[in-house]
Amino acid sequence: MFGLNKKDTTLLIAVAFLALCAPFILNPFPEGSSLAQFNAGYPDLMQRFVIFGIFAIGFNILFGLTGYLSFGHAAFLGVGSYSAVWMFKLLGMNVLPAIALSVVVAGLFALLIGYISLRRSGIYFSILTLAFAQMSFNLAYSVLTPITNGETGLQLTLNDPRILGQSATADGGIPVTNLLPGIEMRDTFTMELGPWLFQFNTGYYLCAVFLLLAFYLSVRIFRSPFGLMLRAVKSNQQRMYYTGLNTRPYTLAAFVISGMYAGLAGGLMASMDPLAGAERMQWTASGEVVLMTILGGAGTLIGPVLGAGFIKYFENIFSKINDSVLHGWFGFMPDGLENALVFVSHFFVGKSWHLTLGLLFMLVVTFLPGGLVEGGQRIGRLFRRKSAEDAKSTDVKPAE
Amino acid sequence: MGILEVKDVGKRFGGLQALGDVNLSVAENSVHAIIGPNGAGKSTLLNCLVGKLIPDSGSVMFDGQSVLGRKPYEINQMGISRVFQTPEIFGDLTVFENMMIPCFAKRDGAFRLHALENVGRERDLVEKAEQMLIDVNMIDKRHMHTASMSRGDKRRLEMAMCLVQEPRLLLLDEPTAGMARADTNNTIDLLKEIKETRDITMAIIEHDMHVVFSLADRITVLAQGTPLVEDTPDKIKGHPKVREAYLGEAH
Ligand SMILES: Nc1ncnc2c1ncn2[C@@H]1O[C@H](COP(=O)(O)OP(=O)(O)OP(=O)(O)O)[C@@H](O)[C@H]1O
Ligand SMILES: [Mg+2]
Repeated sequence: MFGLNKKDTTLLIAVAFLALCAPFILNPFPEGSSLAQFNAGYPDLMQRFVIFGIFAIGFNILFGLTGYLSFGHAAFLGVGSYSAVWMFKLLGMNVLPAIALSVVVAGLFALLIGYISLRRSGIYFSILTLAFAQMSFNLAYSVLTPITNGETGLQLTLNDPRILGQSATADGGIPVTNLLPGIEMRDTFTMELGPWLFQFNTGYYLCAVFLLLAFYLSVRIFRSPFGLMLRAVKSNQQRMYYTGLNTRPYTLAAFVISGMYAGLAGGLMASMDPLAGAERMQWTASGEVVLMTILGGAGTLIGPVLGAGFIKYFENIFSKINDSVLHGWFGFMPDGLENALVFVSHFFVGKSWHLTLGLLFMLVVTFLPGGLVEGGQRIGRLFRRKSAEDAKSTDVKPAE
Repeated sequence: MGILEVKDVGKRFGGLQALGDVNLSVAENSVHAIIGPNGAGKSTLLNCLVGKLIPDSGSVMFDGQSVLGRKPYEINQMGISRVFQTPEIFGDLTVFENMMIPCFAKRDGAFRLHALENVGRERDLVEKAEQMLIDVNMIDKRHMHTASMSRGDKRRLEMAMCLVQEPRLLLLDEPTAGMARADTNNTIDLLKEIKETRDITMAIIEHDMHVVFSLADRITVLAQGTPLVEDTPDKIKGHPKVREAYLGEAH
């Protein structure tokens, strides 16, 4: 189906199902129960899952296939956000033109940076991309203040022209982003089922549609002759040259495509919440997408999405567990033990969630070089072997 | 005038004169063997032909055009393919995928972004790749990852990858090293058949004299970076200088 083989079609359908049903799947615990804080099914976080999923899918097209490790991809995400916000300021509050401009501008920017950085490979390439991203960050933070509004960040104001829309709403507020007049990104339909609460948000579903498109495109690229060339670049560049292939156009195309994915992510981010700041271009943001991709499984189709979800879940859920929550959990214990446990756990949750993530990352890289996807495959194989053994033992039984 | 003309090519590595004034003329549609002891400069000479090294002096002409100063991929596009002494293949890809890359390279030459096609849909190229795998006796290994293959298999695959490009000049650096006897004989038969059915010129470096004398039309003996003699296989066999400089030393 859709030009994919059976296995890839199944994967695509699974991703589509998960994306559509995310409001249910991510909210398994009843509202008000003590486990409700582990629920992730609220619009803001679901949007972030999907947006960073898109970012990581694009990054994986470059890093997973060609092996070129960019440390500056957040620059494209930031450029995408700024472009989108400018669209909201100048043109109107419809998200589609804004997202389109984000993708185009990020693609052009990636063409420029890629053209220069790809003259080198390995660590030198990584350093060049890092340097460019830091330059972009500093430009956005100070020099280009008229365009980026410096440290405050670019925001909508009541004085923006918005030639196809209105500068201010009838009641004097700043208008909100929409898909069509009347379909606003922030619209959320809430469904109550007994003690459960599920939220269906327009913005989230728009992001989810883009995620599916982005994922589908990445599957096609993986299975195409172009994708094969990219994997060949990673495997043996020398052989490419002696086969009459100049690798530069291939790596540059991969770089631009992944830059456009980052731009799409940035545009979506601004569409959900119309502001853009320089910190989105920081090197820590570039590092985060590297972590997501490696954690999930670089070079695999679904890995980057898993990695993005995993890290964003940690960032938002683990970081909320503070000392008073811990005391609540361990309250049934004798005081001394309770305090000791809270003291130890304190280092792994709340503001220290990075420590847990770091440890997990180290474990995954050490024991599962293929990331979470490899972990899943191993578990799958274990089950298959088990069921094969079970089948054997039941075969034997009747003979007794 | 041969299809490949090497004139006064010299190459130094620091204090070592790896090649000193090498002259070599390879006639079109012939098989030219280059033999010589280890370290004679045979591989270095090939490196100068494919753009891996730039000689310090001299000229290299292929079909009337200079190859010097061109990039390796441009030289390949002129019609020169090379099998390396240590196999250069795509270790992370399967045998079949390895074959598809030269197939696409041959068809497209320059870059074309076919990101939305499917590798398997290119029926004509798939058939071409599979036919080549049948010819080198590797079709049953098509789904294997190449990293785990033997050296002989890697070399046969690399040869197939070069042949499927239908090069005008094929450079082979010890193509049968690391192969079992049966595979060596298969390789000889394959190269013989290709020589007879196609317009192809081959330059072959080989230590196995059985291979050399089965295939070569002419032989150049290289020692310490300079050609000692160049002649037909029969003459070379009996040449006293060769016996002394090479055959005597090697055996
Ligand atoms: N890149 C290099 N840098 C320095 N020295 C080199 C380089 N390549 C080759 N040499 C030296 O040049 C000499 C010729 O090497 P070459 O590989 O051409 O020999 P060969 O005839 O192919 O030998 P063999 O039969 O062992 O393959 C050797 O002494 C080798 O050490
Ligand atoms: Mg050699």
